[in-house]
Amino acid sequence: MPTMNMIQALNDAHKVMMRDDGDIVVFGEDIGYFGGVFRVTEGLQKEFGKTRVFDAPISEGGIVATAVGMAAYGVKPVIEIQFADYIYPGYDQIVSEVAKMRYRTAGEWTMPMVIRTPYGGGIFGGQTHSQSPESLFTHIAGLKVVIPSTPYDAKGLLISAIEDPDPVIFFEPKRIYNGPFDGHHDRPVKPWSKHSASEVPEGHYNVPLGKASVVREGAELTVLAYGTMVHVALAAVEEQGLDAEVIDLRTLVPLDIDAIEQSVEKTGRCLVVMEAPRTSGFASELVTLVQERCFYHLEAPVERVTGWDTPYPHAYEWAYFPGPKRMKNALEKVMAD
Amino acid sequence: MSDKDPSLRRNAPHLALHVPEPAFRPGDTPDFSKLQIPAAGSASRPDTSAAAAETHPLATQLVRVLGEDRQAVGPWDPKLGPETLRRMLRDMVTVRIFDDRMYRSQRQGKTSFYMKCTGEEAIAIPAQMALDREDMHFPTYRQQGLLIARGYPLVEMMNQIYSNKGDKLKGRQLPIMYSDKKFGFFSISGNLGTQFPQAVGWAMGAAIKGDSRIAIGWIGDGATAEGDFHSALTFAAVYNVPVVLAVVNNQWAISSFSGIAGGERATFAQRAVGYGIASLRVDGNDALAVYAAVKWASERARANNGPTLIEFFTYRAEGHSTSDDPSGYRPTNEAKAWPLGDPIERLKAHLIELGEWDEERHAAMTAECDTEVRAAQKESEKVGILPQQGKDDIGSMFEDVYAEVPWHIAEQRDAALAEDGE
Repeated sequence: MPTMNMIQALNDAHKVMMRDDGDIVVFGEDIGYFGGVFRVTEGLQKEFGKTRVFDAPISEGGIVATAVGMAAYGVKPVIEIQFADYIYPGYDQIVSEVAKMRYRTAGEWTMPMVIRTPYGGGIFGGQTHSQSPESLFTHIAGLKVVIPSTPYDAKGLLISAIEDPDPVIFFEPKRIYNGPFDGHHDRPVKPWSKHSASEVPEGHYNVPLGKASVVREGAELTVLAYGTMVHVALAAVEEQGLDAEVIDLRTLVPLDIDAIEQSVEKTGRCLVVMEAPRTSGFASELVTLVQERCFYHLEAPVERVTGWDTPYPHAYEWAYFPGPKRMKNALEKVMAD
Repeated sequence: MSDKDPSLRRNAPHLALHVPEPAFRPGDTPDFSKLQIPAAGSASRPDTSAAAAETHPLATQLVRVLGEDRQAVGPWDPKLGPETLRRMLRDMVTVRIFDDRMYRSQRQGKTSFYMKCTGEEAIAIPAQMALDREDMHFPTYRQQGLLIARGYPLVEMMNQIYSNKGDKLKGRQLPIMYSDKKFGFFSISGNLGTQFPQAVGWAMGAAIKGDSRIAIGWIGDGATAEGDFHSALTFAAVYNVPVVLAVVNNQWAISSFSGIAGGERATFAQRAVGYGIASLRVDGNDALAVYAAVKWASERARANNGPTLIEFFTYRAEGHSTSDDPSGYRPTNEAKAWPLGDPIERLKAHLIELGEWDEERHAAMTAECDTEVRAAQKESEKVGILPQQGKDDIGSMFEDVYAEVPWHIAEQRDAALAEDGE
């Protein structure tokens, strides 16, 4: 089985799907001849031609809007927004048009499309290349929100997203494109090749949307995470010597509530982890759901580890990023009572 | 900022903010005598394959066919037969009657909202007649004429307006936000301007697939200020997209005159110049000029000669919607003073001048249209009006958010149904 990093796995998902479905059209900034600033679309234009893979103007609103028109026409757009931080000019089209089209036309027009976008911190990208805006999309009825954390999942989830009848916002944790970063920025980066999830089958396979993955089984605590923070959480519970169950949510909407409930009912404790700013973030939704549905199983208040409620500060990358220290403090707190 | 601020003590003129004001406000006597209106027939007609730059002088002129003498003149005369002209006139009359009936319905409390296109009937109907049945419209909210020109059942439109059980949009959309795939009419959005680049995207899809159908996007003068307008022009220019981009400049965006959208500095047609897109400025109250311009632009698009931006210069003769009273911001008699006239009267006068129409036949046709609209209204109201809606099938409001109802929405549906049962 080939070993791939996340970029290669995502690239492969495109190729597998585009070979099979001539209606798929890929466009975005710098994604054509050049193959994208993170190389996810490398070689696609060469293989599939310029009318199916092409560069777009620096106009995220225009990229999403033309994708809406294309989806209405009947081709399947898989578009890239170069950084999630750039998605806001397209936000009106995503929120008012993409998300609501099926509903407002009673199913007459649907918007099967994938909007891929690299997100998250840890690369010294400053405040305009580090954001985690996923919560803004989980709040919008009609969108699905998917975030992989391994090469295997990235390919299988992207294939499922492309095949899904609904629009999917596909956030790619760019800090772990090349290796499973565990939060220890002062240590050498491990490449994906040392990780079992870098074994990526050739050809077509699905990782279903709406299904979480228990990446570590445990009995005394449930940790809910997604994206880069899955690996940060795994390292932290190891370091604390906890018998923790770590759940990679993989899809935020629709959420795999059964996996969450089953785990929390078993462990009685829950820590919710995300990179995004704290207030009104998706972690708050998770805490609420656990509180609403598992209250009588809880032995301690649900805790959350998040980014701070500030813009992402360039030089203070590691003071902002929810790394090992913040994880340790939260784990101690949630295990204290 | 105080006078002590050093930036104000420099020996330089005080900077001034220009806030555009319309020429006339309530109480003023509207006087359009200074308005430049080129004579009918005076605009040149480039070949449809001409370089975009050849059209750019037209961006400050006005393509007009119907002259003061009621004759069709000049190179833009589409030379339509009397049968076609009569059909055009009939559809325009139908739209006006439809608008009047639905406006009244709203006032009677039968629905929440309505928008008329009075004074603009010569835009959507001739435009549609110049296009193929399979071409795709991305309309905004004052293009009901497109549906009527395509023979859309009036009762379907009314069912939507009443949000009744016959409403194919299941009561989810504000009245007049029609949508019909089979009729090539994209779902209208209340977020203005969004449809304009979507039209470009649809036409890009058609070009990617080697189709022969084109798209036409519609937008008002006010919404040209949106970023979406400019991304539409950018994408249309970059990919030489087979699309017609129509700006209906009716000079009013609710209470804001076109100057607030930048209309004082340049025409809306001139927006195309900087993008290298072909550009036409057309008398929007002249049904023949509208037909000819859309025909020109559609032929250009269909032959891969690129997009065209067309400004239809017209006047919004009535309020923005049933929620608007224009007497609060413009003279009440301004519509009557508007020099480009009533589009229905102009086409009717032309047909009479040709000897193909007369007052008697016009009255008879008007009566027929009226009967048709009333019959549709009766049928639709039998199905239901808005005040009776929203009580049955509450569960349906949780459908179509996604292809399948996810667990969290299913739980909310159950909660809503339980709440309803209390």
